[in-house]
Amino acid sequence: MSNHVKALAVAGAVAAAVASTAAPAQAAGKEKCYGVALAGENDCKAGPGTTCAGTSTVDYQGNAFKLVPAGTCESMELPGNRKGSLTELERDIPS
Amino acid sequence: MSHAHDQARFATAILDPEVPPPAGLAAPDGRPAGKRFDVYRNNVIVSLSEALKAGFPVICRLVGDEFFQAMAGIYVRAHLPKSPIMSQFGGEFPGFLAEFEPVAQLPYLPDIARLELALRQSYHAADAPPLAPETLQALPPETLLSARFAFAPAMRLLRSEWPVHAIWQANAQGGPAGSAGQQDGTGKPSGPEDVLICRPGFDPEPRLLPAGGAAFITAALAGNPLEAALDKATQEAGAFDLAATLGLLLAGGCLTRIIIKETQ
Repeated sequence: MSNHVKALAVAGAVAAAVASTAAPAQAAGKEKCYGVALAGENDCKAGPGTTCAGTSTVDYQGNAFKLVPAGTCESMELPGNRKGSLTELERDIPS
Repeated sequence: MSHAHDQARFATAILDPEVPPPAGLAAPDGRPAGKRFDVYRNNVIVSLSEALKAGFPVICRLVGDEFFQAMAGIYVRAHLPKSPIMSQFGGEFPGFLAEFEPVAQLPYLPDIARLELALRQSYHAADAPPLAPETLQALPPETLLSARFAFAPAMRLLRSEWPVHAIWQANAQGGPAGSAGQQDGTGKPSGPEDVLICRPGFDPEPRLLPAGGAAFITAALAGNPLEAALDKATQEAGAFDLAATLGLLLAGGCLTRIIIKETQ
């Protein structure tokens, strides 16, 4: 591709990119579903580490590892009609 | 007995519930304060565990609350905060997950933790006025090729062998469960995913990058002009979609300035 043709292609891509942001750009700021996920991260909370949780004198022990981590990604669908079960994912580990 | 020695014993006892409370602690009524110390050391570990949970909600959801708490107790003792700023706590968690044997069968966990960490870093990063998209469009085509970009401090880029964006989205609070993933025709997540984090308003947003997008941004971040970054991206993905990648960067406010060298 000659430099001129390339430059024109890039200019075209830039125009398309700008056009794609033009209309929805401001509206995109209202996509609240993303912000919700991070509600716990904001400064309104007193902040992690200042909680008075856990006034019991029993410390968490490591014996919970008899359990397998609980999976909540079962609702995820993966290629090949497999569900997102945590154990099934073991097959997909590249060796 | 030296002051430093007492402090060391106190610190050791805080981290290990099997170690008896340090001698010499007294309650206001003069009695030994062993029980009070037990409450205190429990709170140290529990509050740090809660901080870890607040920082990695998706990891917690993936492994379950009980498992996470037990794992957090181990992490917290091995990686005490290096800074009193709790928003920075947990930086070593991805590496910890990669080495932690009980989660070895969930090899995508470290990258999910990296994504959650990147979102938090993005949230706390400095503001920067975004580049107006029209500024870019106003450049003559030949100038565009040699243009370099400056990026917002809140931008983060994560490349993963796993469909991290889909997994994150399906498990994040408020995320659309089951509907996440790259639209590859089946609508199901598949294979590696690269994620761009921008902060267009106040909250960071993770966006799935098209193939080659991460290579383009990496090259541009390294100071390469647009043309060189484009070449890198095309090498990695022949069908690299420059418009889509630029669109994500512009819409997210990730670009802050265009740098043009007049001497060329």
